[in-house]
Amino acid sequence: MTARIRIPKEAKRGEVIRVRLLVQHPMETGYRLAPDGVKVPKNVIRSLVCRYNGVEVFRAEMSPGIAANPFLEFPIVAAESGELEFTWVDDDGLKGRATEPISVAG
Amino acid sequence: MKRRGFLAFMGMFPWAASAQSVRHGRVKLELPVLADNGNSVPMKVTVESPMTEADHVKLVRLISERNPERQMAVFHFGPRSGAAEVTSRVRLAGSQTVTAIAEMSDGSQWMDSAHVQVTLSACVDES
Repeated sequence: MTARIRIPKEAKRGEVIRVRLLVQHPMETGYRLAPDGVKVPKNVIRSLVCRYNGVEVFRAEMSPGIAANPFLEFPIVAAESGELEFTWVDDDGLKGRATEPISVAG
Repeated sequence: MKRRGFLAFMGMFPWAASAQSVRHGRVKLELPVLADNGNSVPMKVTVESPMTEADHVKLVRLISERNPERQMAVFHFGPRSGAAEVTSRVRLAGSQTVTAIAEMSDGSQWMDSAHVQVTLSACVDES
């Protein structure tokens, strides 16, 4: 499971920046049939957490009601330079993790 | 139903326990009026809030009328969000009204709904 993350290259301290995240995941609803006629078991990302230098700043609990390859855009306050960490886990127990450096000026 | 019985009943749905206090306003749910394909419908929720330690949006729930799983998503915010808004893409099993309920740090709840006409439903239903 890979993710694409986009944040502004540089932010001013205290500025509200937008984080855009796209995780590659089929988000199987459990109702879709495979070509052999067997139902594909439900498998969705249930929880996705964004931590900013270790502190949780955003969390999404999802369901099959979120489209495949879930896309999220949300704001955070640029407090200090460091790292954004994204972790998620799906119904199969498969865990994903992605990080993105963030640089804050001023 | 006696008040005690009612409270016990509502206890089974903790998030709806104070459902009678959900008010319209402060929340803006943006969805297209017409969606060609229910598999991926752009969605944006914005909540009016200063987002300070004392007064911020705790979470936003997205509720579907027709999807097999009624609660589509819960988005958690905090004072470090700076603003309470989230954009995503949702799956819709047919034309329906989608509701967003925001829960503030003071416990008050606010909502907004949007009706979407879906031409081709997402296969989230057994039909």
